[in-house]
Amino acid sequence: MELLVAVGESEDAPGLLDISASHIDGGLYHGQAGLDFALSLVGDGARVVVPTTLNVSSLDLLHPQLYRGDNETAAAARRLMDAYVAMGCTPSWTCAPYQLAQRPRLGDQIAWGESNAIVFANSVLGARTARYGDFLDICCALTGRAPAVGLHTDEGRLATLRVDLQVPDVLLDDDLLYPVLGHLLGQVAGTEVAVIVGLDHRAGDDRLKALGAAAASSGAVAMFHATGVTPEASTLEVATGGHAPRRSVIVEVDDLTRARASLNHGEGPLGAISVGTPHFSVGELATLATMVEGLSTRVPFYVNTSRDALSQAETTGSSRAIEDFGATIVTDTCTYITPIMGDVTGVVMTNSAKWAFYAPANLGVDVVFAGLDACVASAVSGELEIGDSW
Amino acid sequence: MTEAGFKVLVAGSAAGELLCLSEPLSLWGGLDPETGLIVDRSHPQLGQSVTGAIIVMPHGRGSSSSSSVLAEALRLGTGPAGFVLESPDSILVIGSLVANRLYGAMCPIVCGTLPEGSTGTWMINHNSVAPLPGPGPGA
Repeated sequence: MELLVAVGESEDAPGLLDISASHIDGGLYHGQAGLDFALSLVGDGARVVVPTTLNVSSLDLLHPQLYRGDNETAAAARRLMDAYVAMGCTPSWTCAPYQLAQRPRLGDQIAWGESNAIVFANSVLGARTARYGDFLDICCALTGRAPAVGLHTDEGRLATLRVDLQVPDVLLDDDLLYPVLGHLLGQVAGTEVAVIVGLDHRAGDDRLKALGAAAASSGAVAMFHATGVTPEASTLEVATGGHAPRRSVIVEVDDLTRARASLNHGEGPLGAISVGTPHFSVGELATLATMVEGLSTRVPFYVNTSRDALSQAETTGSSRAIEDFGATIVTDTCTYITPIMGDVTGVVMTNSAKWAFYAPANLGVDVVFAGLDACVASAVSGELEIGDSW
Repeated sequence: MTEAGFKVLVAGSAAGELLCLSEPLSLWGGLDPETGLIVDRSHPQLGQSVTGAIIVMPHGRGSSSSSSVLAEALRLGTGPAGFVLESPDSILVIGSLVANRLYGAMCPIVCGTLPEGSTGTWMINHNSVAPLPGPGPGA
């Protein structure tokens, strides 16, 4: 509670408010400090007082053989995971808690960690969370309180930046538009709440997930609106509260082409492919299963998802189809945060702007960013195939 | 010249060379706490050390894991001396507070704007930020 109050004061919060749920990012091992903090809480007998889910960890508990790191780190990572479970958190181990059955609803006050989950909760669900970092998220979960400031308030959710998307209509049918637009949005918006004008019903949950994850990686975006699409933006006026935006930008195809190019960091032989960052939904697993039916991959192909989505995909058979293709399904963690892929010779291809953004530094690999269809085509031929128009 | 009236996000005092980042840095994925070096390959200051420096940047960026990375860097002694931010960032604030609580590490964070082109060794002392006299050109 002391830490919570200190942070609230740093933000000029007038007080604390009650929250109804939390999502904890602190279960991913970054070193001794995070473990020391969690163990000190457990030692004090701390228990969460609101339903609390856990973000990805460093280990895949369902497929432990995938981990290629050292045993000492694995043991520390496991102790960290156990500590958060001991505090009463649900071992969901996913960066996409908004894909679980119990997800927050419009107007719910919550305290979520994990940048992509934060932006999805605010933007797509209309639930209210600030950007909670490691440590602060568990402080909120243990007290059921959060600083009453920023995105928790009506005023803090209004758009101050207007982004007009002026591109050929056919582009809105292309999955690739959304992460690229998100990557650009993060660079333009920084910490501001933006309202995007020019998207429509074709921007479904999975596409908005990709947009938000990219924007929260290239910037500090915690919320965006899209007129006629997201729940707090029935019109431009509603999204801005009737105020004139402080800034306006127009996004055209050339801007998107440049943003897309900036996500490609290499050339060369194809070494591996990784998809599902953030974790693939049940729908995305089904789509991939259909695409790869009867095919087989020539390069290591990783699919990141949650244990919850995997168990549903096992029922429908889509996980079987993906495994028959030769892909490796990874749960509880993600290929860009823990040693699973091993030494890759050549570039890694991904359909995730977030993965493309972080993997070069985390894993020391060169990345090519492309759509899921291009990833599958490249897997089958064993060579980079990025054929498309923009 | 003392720049006073900064907003105190994490109280304390610290001195260090200014490291003015031309783009915000996500500490997670951007800073290696083992070495204190910037490892974000897309960042203009790639390869520079933050150890003992006062980091100046407009705001935080990216991952909510940056709190853990900051605390870990401060535990290992590779972290920055302090931060001057233009807008508050609770992710950095909580990382600094936890490192103080666990290890007694001090990494003050203030919010405000330094004069354009500030360089050299500066000192954060509660709500004031001032250059230290010395041979450096920014003093």
